[in-house]
Amino acid sequence: MSTKTSELTRERTRSAWIFLAPTLLVLALVAGWPLGRTIFFSFTDASLEAIGDSTYNMVGFQNYFGEYGVFNLNAVEGFWSTDWGMAIRNTFKFSFFSVVTETLLGVIFALVLNANFKGRSFIRAAVLVPWAIPTIVSAKMWAWIMNDQFGVMNALLRSAGIIDHNIAWTADPHFALWSVVLVDVWKTTPFMALLILAALQMLPTDCYEAAHVDGIHPVRVFFKVTVPLIWPALMVAVIFRLLDALRVFDIIYVMTSNSVDTISMSGFVRREIVDNNYVGYGSAASTVLFLIIGACTVLYLKLAKVDMSK
Amino acid sequence: MNYQQQKILGAIGLYLLVAVIALFCLFPFYFAIVTSLKSGTELFSSSLWPASPSIKNYIAMFTVAEHPFGRHILNSLMVSTLVVIASLFLGVTASYALGRIQFRGRGLLLLTVLAVSMFPQVAVLSGMFELMQAIGFYNHWWGLTLPYMVFTLPFTVWVLTTFVRDLPKELEEAAIMDGCTPWGIITKVFLPVMWPALVTTGLLAFIAAWNEFMFALTFVLNNADRTVPVSISLISGADKYEIPWGKIMAASVLVTLPLIALVLIFQRKIVGGLTAGAVKG
Repeated sequence: MSTKTSELTRERTRSAWIFLAPTLLVLALVAGWPLGRTIFFSFTDASLEAIGDSTYNMVGFQNYFGEYGVFNLNAVEGFWSTDWGMAIRNTFKFSFFSVVTETLLGVIFALVLNANFKGRSFIRAAVLVPWAIPTIVSAKMWAWIMNDQFGVMNALLRSAGIIDHNIAWTADPHFALWSVVLVDVWKTTPFMALLILAALQMLPTDCYEAAHVDGIHPVRVFFKVTVPLIWPALMVAVIFRLLDALRVFDIIYVMTSNSVDTISMSGFVRREIVDNNYVGYGSAASTVLFLIIGACTVLYLKLAKVDMSK
Repeated sequence: MNYQQQKILGAIGLYLLVAVIALFCLFPFYFAIVTSLKSGTELFSSSLWPASPSIKNYIAMFTVAEHPFGRHILNSLMVSTLVVIASLFLGVTASYALGRIQFRGRGLLLLTVLAVSMFPQVAVLSGMFELMQAIGFYNHWWGLTLPYMVFTLPFTVWVLTTFVRDLPKELEEAAIMDGCTPWGIITKVFLPVMWPALVTTGLLAFIAAWNEFMFALTFVLNNADRTVPVSISLISGADKYEIPWGKIMAASVLVTLPLIALVLIFQRKIVGGLTAGAVKG
């Protein structure tokens, strides 16, 4: 009997690998191989044409620490004023402010969606609309709303007396990054709200009944009971969103094109590789971005307590 | 203030919040629709209602020869469908192996799959560029199927694995007793009960592929082979000073309405799928 079981186990293990083979092959082809090549190119002086006919040279760590490398700490204008330094600052500023705002608004949305009121299913559907709209479309929509001359935002703010002249929201360096943050918040707060709502709905009801009987103020109940209970799920959602925000490209590219005031790390990489044809240098920058996101991924996996043994 | 008054005030506050949320979520899209129905000088009036609505902008999207929008929609539709079919096929077999069979190295594989889903797309940009050119996928709409797998496949495998893992053991045991082969188990036992999960993941993969912008922008330069997001980003006017907002909004509404319809129909399932992917882990 035991030999038969182990034979069955062996056969099942074998079929598992056969079933996995195509997926693993495709993942290796679309992720593993290109990533490896990107890291390899970061040590070369390749251009797009040179990739095709393999006429590039190895340059060691030149693209990283060289005179024109991504970590050129001796830049005359100071590292943080180089385009790459700006890209890092922009990306982190963008990620920090959008994720914080999305989380706060997301909690409020989730609490409202969790309440009992007429038309709740309608609101839940409405909340999905921004999420369903393609990023490129939301970027264009908002670019029109924020248009400096004919935008409805300027018109509304002017008629409300908040501003006295039209503002070029996406072109003015003072506002451009905040405009992009606003659009991202609009687009992803609903997603955040749904994640938090899912956590809220898994909460036990008995402690709320106890708190109600004891006459404890709802605000106190929220901070003492709800927040601690949803905290793990909230943190996972936050890092999940953060990973998304750190690789931002579409919104910024479409709303403010390649302006240095708002360029993101992804945008910088694409500009260097495709527009400027510095494949080696761009690949070095993208390797750095990959390492940053990799570190955040490890943090996410730790916090999500992904249990692989089950 | 007595209890009754407090309750009424609370209800008013709640409905106010609800109204604000609805306005926040729906207004931009509403305004896009309004803009798309305006034409001529009315476009620049920023009124919240079209005085003389017309579908001129919509017609214009399909009649400009240099900008074959209909063709672009078709490209997007086809590449997204291909991506969904490939992801689901690979996802079903992989999720059966990962969700039902105990073997060494399984945990590491799941971790790898999850890690790939967090990948920054630009990290593979130069490597993918080389690969696409080498195998002749560069500059064709169908060639985009390959890079798109980098974000749809890990996600599909992950969500399907969570689903398959929670299916009852008895389902499979009976089939094994009857001498069913592993392939038979997948096609005859699991596939029929996996439909809900397949619909959800398929739809999410479709939306992701439909919306993708960076790869489409970089790997397809041929005008006839472009996809919808790139197409919209390139709509331009007669001269460079005139941005045809009416047409851009018409195109935007056109590509978004089907998505919104799908999302609303499958609302419940999508929320379940999204949360399974992100929170349950």
